[in-house]
Amino acid sequence: MTNKLVLANLKHRPVRTLLSLLAIGVEVCMMLTLVGLSEGMLEDAARRATGVGADILIRAPGTSLISMSSASLSEKYLSFFLDQPHVRIAVGTVEQPTGGVSTVTGLDLAEFTAMSGGFKFIDGRPFRNPRDVIVDEYYARQNNLTVGSTLKLLNQDWNVCGIVEPGKLARVVVSRQVLQDLTGATGKLSRIFLEPAAPENTAAVIAALKEKLPDFPIYSMAELTSLYSVSNVPGLSAFIGVIIALGIIVGFLVVFLSMYTAVLERTREVGILKALGASPFYILNIIFRETAVLAVAGSALGIILTYGSRWAVMTFAPAALTQKIVPDWWPIAGGIAIAGAVIGAFYPAWKAAGQDAIEALSYE
Amino acid sequence: MNNGDIIIRVRGLRKVYRVGDVDVHALRGADLDVRRGEFVSIVGPSGSGKSTLFHILGGLTPPTAGEVHIHGRDLLAMSEAGRTELRRKEVGFVFQKYNLLPTLSAADNIAIARHIARQSGGPDPKFSEILELLGIRHRLHHKPRALSGGEQQRVAIARAIVNSPSILLADEPTGNLDTENSSIVLGLLRDLNERIGQTILMITHNPEAAAYGHRTVRMRDGRVMEEA
Repeated sequence: MTNKLVLANLKHRPVRTLLSLLAIGVEVCMMLTLVGLSEGMLEDAARRATGVGADILIRAPGTSLISMSSASLSEKYLSFFLDQPHVRIAVGTVEQPTGGVSTVTGLDLAEFTAMSGGFKFIDGRPFRNPRDVIVDEYYARQNNLTVGSTLKLLNQDWNVCGIVEPGKLARVVVSRQVLQDLTGATGKLSRIFLEPAAPENTAAVIAALKEKLPDFPIYSMAELTSLYSVSNVPGLSAFIGVIIALGIIVGFLVVFLSMYTAVLERTREVGILKALGASPFYILNIIFRETAVLAVAGSALGIILTYGSRWAVMTFAPAALTQKIVPDWWPIAGGIAIAGAVIGAFYPAWKAAGQDAIEALSYE
Repeated sequence: MNNGDIIIRVRGLRKVYRVGDVDVHALRGADLDVRRGEFVSIVGPSGSGKSTLFHILGGLTPPTAGEVHIHGRDLLAMSEAGRTELRRKEVGFVFQKYNLLPTLSAADNIAIARHIARQSGGPDPKFSEILELLGIRHRLHHKPRALSGGEQQRVAIARAIVNSPSILLADEPTGNLDTENSSIVLGLLRDLNERIGQTILMITHNPEAAAYGHRTVRMRDGRVMEEA
């Protein structure tokens, strides 16, 4: 009977119920989208790095795996690494931020092709001219680029000479030497990828390199994949925490306002229930059950909305953003939404339960 | 009838409300006895203390002083939880404004009274007979907004007696009804009193309505002045 009354109350004010559901849904969607974007973009970065075909990654001393830092590794290290036992190929890259999380990567296509098998061109061809740029399919779609289009990067006009399949290293690629010269990093590299003659040599090569270059961050690709996580990005966990806190506050306020107005509107009904012998606990139970229905249904709606936000991201910004669906976060986001809602319902429920029956019955 | 038949015993009942900085003496030593199976009408001008007496007898508010026994239970010594239990088991209310829950059907308005009283299963078989008497059986699946005032008040009466309370308290039950529906509702209250021996206390301003009771109690200035 209590559930019947709860559902009847929710149906009685459909607009308020739908708005509350939507607000809780947006709160949950916001959390899941943020986490999905964080994990999705990191996984995408890891996938593209591993798509190079290398087994070892080396960065300059003092740099972290995920931070974007200027090219500071001397190009001479390429020949040094190639001279090491079991190393078959060494590829040096230059990464230059172009705004936000976007970068342009400088490559020697011959080196890169020897290691990875090269880009798979959907349209166009490799670089021929210094101002040629290759973009991947997502970047081309997001920026409406075709072969022959002009792309403005680093205050220069570039000719799109090729569009390639995504998943290999970078979304925007130019000649390494051109990028080095343009950014004042002539002869410098950001990262070096190594491919041992046989994969089973990887550990031995890394061990030998760490001994010779103790200050250099040297990772196996398996290690690299595991390091691309939210906890390894400086400030990202704190950022997610702030968004979750905002989510709790939004959920709290929405449910507080919704239940507060519901309780005010139902003052006389609370009086009727009390006249029938309903205890304060009975009234609390109704309010909290109503809140729980809103929070659970709102959380489910939020999960569904996440698929919508993913579709929007992958449709409108596939190159800049990658969103992952994160089922392991569903119970966490749902739990946070329910907790915020229950806290929000506490005062209205307490107010309703403590209402004087005679005053409530005379409420107009 | 002997004293054992007295279901409501009120002696020197006082009730003082605090309104702002002022003490309002709503009851100033009211005395009243009601026997089981009686239908008592309470009349009196506004501010005479009728509603306050009604609220105290119904356990909606505690008395300030005096003696109130319902079914032998002392209301002055009763806690809030005790008064809640009293409303659940011993008293049924019928209000002037019907006070049905607008989101529930008539049937569910009756069912929720049983749920609150923790009565499992269906109502007493006798209740089916009462529904026939009230003439609302065919309207039970409608929500209050689809019922006329007379029908709503009959549903409210059904809700008030579904748990077989010792006392039915009716506060101006015909105050919002036209003459025809008033007669129907008053006739039903009298039928309930006569057929199932339901004890009824009814507040009214209408002398014709008061005449449906076995006797009429007149109140003035917080006291019971006379009985007729």
